Amino acid sequence: MSLSILDRPNSYIGRTVPRPNAKKLVQGRGTYVDDIKLPRMVHVAFVRSPYAHARILAIRSDAAQAAPGVVRIVTGAEMAAVCTPWVGVLGHMKGLKSAPQYALAVDRACWQGEAVVAVVAHSRAEAEDAAQLVEIDWEELFVVADMETALDPETPVIHPELGDNLAFRRELDVGDVEKGFAAADAIVEETYITGRHTGVCLEARSILADYQPADEQLVVYHSTQAPHMMQTIFAKHLDLPETNVRVICKDVGGAFGIKVHTYPDEMATVALAKMLRRPVKFIADRMESFVTDIHARDHRVKARMAVSKEGRILAIEADDRTGIGPYSVYPRTSAIEANQVVNLIGGPYTNQNYRCTANVVFQNKNVMCQYRAVGHPIACAVTEGLVDKAARAIGMDPAEFRRRNLIADDAYPYKAPTGMVYEGLSHHKSLDKLLELMQYDRLRAEQAALREKGIHRGIGLAAFIEVTNPSAMFYGVGGARISAQDGCTIRLDPTGVITVSIGVTEQGQGTEAIMAQIAASSVGVPMDKVRLITGDTEVTPYGGGTWASRGAGIGGEATLQAGRALRENILSVAGTMLQAAPQTLDIRAGIIVDADTGAERMKLEELGRVAYFRPDTLPRDCQPELMVTRHYVQKDYAFVFTNGLQASYLEVDTETGFVTLLDHWVVEDCGTIINPQLVDEQIRGGVVQGLGGALFEECLYSADGQMLNANMADYLVPMASEMPDIAIAHVVTPTQTSELGAKGVGEAGTAGAPAAVMNAINDALSPFGASVAAQPFTPERVLRALGKIR
Amino acid sequence: MTESLPLNLPIDLTVNGERISATVPARQHLIDFLRETLSLTGSHIGCEHGVCGACSIRVNGAVVRGCLTLAVQCDGASVDTIEGLSDSGAIADLQSAFHERNALQCGFCTPGMLATGYDIVRRLPDADEARIRRELSGNICRCTGYHAIVDAIETVAAKRGAGA
Ligand code: FES
Ligand code: FES
Repeated sequence: MSLSILDRPNSYIGRTVPRPNAKKLVQGRGTYVDDIKLPRMVHVAFVRSPYAHARILAIRSDAAQAAPGVVRIVTGAEMAAVCTPWVGVLGHMKGLKSAPQYALAVDRACWQGEAVVAVVAHSRAEAEDAAQLVEIDWEELFVVADMETALDPETPVIHPELGDNLAFRRELDVGDVEKGFAAADAIVEETYITGRHTGVCLEARSILADYQPADEQLVVYHSTQAPHMMQTIFAKHLDLPETNVRVICKDVGGAFGIKVHTYPDEMATVALAKMLRRPVKFIADRMESFVTDIHARDHRVKARMAVSKEGRILAIEADDRTGIGPYSVYPRTSAIEANQVVNLIGGPYTNQNYRCTANVVFQNKNVMCQYRAVGHPIACAVTEGLVDKAARAIGMDPAEFRRRNLIADDAYPYKAPTGMVYEGLSHHKSLDKLLELMQYDRLRAEQAALREKGIHRGIGLAAFIEVTNPSAMFYGVGGARISAQDGCTIRLDPTGVITVSIGVTEQGQGTEAIMAQIAASSVGVPMDKVRLITGDTEVTPYGGGTWASRGAGIGGEATLQAGRALRENILSVAGTMLQAAPQTLDIRAGIIVDADTGAERMKLEELGRVAYFRPDTLPRDCQPELMVTRHYVQKDYAFVFTNGLQASYLEVDTETGFVTLLDHWVVEDCGTIINPQLVDEQIRGGVVQGLGGALFEECLYSADGQMLNANMADYLVPMASEMPDIAIAHVVTPTQTSELGAKGVGEAGTAGAPAAVMNAINDALSPFGASVAAQPFTPERVLRALGKIR
Repeated sequence: MTESLPLNLPIDLTVNGERISATVPARQHLIDFLRETLSLTGSHIGCEHGVCGACSIRVNGAVVRGCLTLAVQCDGASVDTIEGLSDSGAIADLQSAFHERNALQCGFCTPGMLATGYDIVRRLPDADEARIRRELSGNICRCTGYHAIVDAIETVAAKRGAGA
């Protein structure tokens, strides 16, 4: 048995290597969709519904049609003849229902911002000018905005054919919750609110579709996370053979889960290319991004926890309510976030008495779906908020309380009350490491000393688990054509360079870099001899793309196995050429060497030269196979969970309500670390997105369903000056489900940050008997909690 | 109705050291002129309302928002975009610091960050972390969390300061 990739000589695994594909980006020479121009390309702008719910009575587009540069104006009825509607349900989300959704609204619009008319012109500016000339007669309909009353009998039903406004309900009742509460020494409860927020990718959603009618070929340049999934969707709804659809995804300017869904305006753009038989580009502007990019969170969770005076959690009960807009988003559905909340509340702890109900309702706001760390920050805030409250109620230090309840490091595999099995977590090692990293005791002393002086600082802890490396249980079993497996092809070129193509995609997290590291290590070549290809359905092996923190764990293992297979094939040829047994040879730094001594035997390019150009010199039965493909899917668990803890140190100005973040720490266990720098930067970026939700970000809606802050000036995202430095440490528990041992890390930061901040604010406010539980924790909310404003 | 202004106006300017003469729509923004007309796609559009900084460009040596500046305003101006700054080597140290420190993920904010970063290291070689963070408050990065960007700029500022 050869060495594992982790111990191979010159392994790049575990090394900080700068991303090869970042060089072009620092020169501004990336290729984002809007950078691409095609011959005869036209642009589309959309007339969108100004109302949250209204019937379309008439559309007059003569003036728009006559405007300069206009090529074509298309309404919902015309569009429906080309692009079929879709319904966002999954078989394994029992009871989940939704209504057919069209690329352009047909009879009525169900949220403010829904695309109604497409205006195609020679430039985007001309298309926008003409869009303003389209006149629509509307009849305003009732608006279901408040998710809390959406199920009330007096509330009208948005889709009458569905019977009610309930999209999905999940109920879980495990162990003996009543007994837990009956035995409690203290019961704490709170209503936790996570605001509705959105991804704000700096590059807005972008798509350019090119249709060649002669051979019915559709090429779509798309800013997406899942090219193969989109290939299927375009083909299906535009009635094209799937093989005739090619999705190309070059550079993507941030995605975070925003760019992994079916968007009506994007479907319309592709349909327009088919209708007009020429390339059509759509680049969302920032205002339309805010009202059409999926929103997320917006959960209200009423929860309580029973504890003993010894500090044991005895039971947890929670009721979750979320409003997802008028449709469940296709094809991943909008039931997943609530489902995750149910799956993740109480996740790090040993308690087995757990009851949770989640109600997912329709409403006339923009749609909600999966955004980075789906459900995690909500469940984590609920759990960790209750944990701190419980610790306070029984007078125990919150770190000690956690120690008494976190699942023991030797208890794995461990079955949670939800039925989820955790393969191997390291809560206690992580907690120890965190307390050391942040100098917990010193910090507590500092906090106490400052409190004397009227300075109110708080320390907040948050333990979390994260869903990574998903199996087909996530989507595939529900009937969605979303691949849980991924493939990697590696080819040895005659020059000794290896070309790696893979189905997972890059949006800046470093996918290409880590695949290059793995391939280089697995085959045995230097990094500068690796070329990466991602994001092209015609070229790469079939794969799921990038979501649910699967890139490194799933794509990485496929790459490792492909590299290993190619190395074996190369060594077999080398053995023939060198008259040596293949197992006595190895490939190191691009050179075939004697495995024992490391002495050079032959350069890879020499083997390439002979194999490709002088195969006549090889024996008749020696057929070099210098291109191999391997696939990988994780089948052992529904998900490979990771764990970690975060801590926040902050100061609350009790006069202004402002929160100043001072420090933030993360200890995370993502198994094998392929590139420490990239892992840490994923965590930092994730933390800051979590901090955004905790302190600033919220899509504000009026009672009649109008988004009030749909621009970057009013929707606040974190800026450099408000963010702290973020210190990170690791515990490493490799997953046994793969040889690589890597788990995901992309969502960990976002999962735990809001809870840590909430707990820190409440720690700071504790002398006042005040607390906050509704994100974002704005100065206004802090002052309200302090009773300074009403 | 009063006499309307001409819809198109001629401009002469220098872009990345190259003399350019063009006729531009009066309402066209500099960022659109650069991206659409000159195919200089390195400068990006993140918001078109002056908040995100993705469109930051140097005009006559000062950093401006390409989405708030009209192309006609740049008649006679000298404009430097990321392409020009890259080719001239003016920001080579910043670029390699960004690369080394992984101060970019998706790279969409990066040309704007580099324009601002270049301005910081020239104006404020002694800037500490807090100052750099304040100076960056007009540039949104949605990916990195800023920490690495601040580190990269701080390193270059210190090196340039020492070398000066
Ligand atoms: S695009 Fe100019 S500031 Fe955002
Ligand atoms: S690197 Fe993506 S926005 Fe900054």
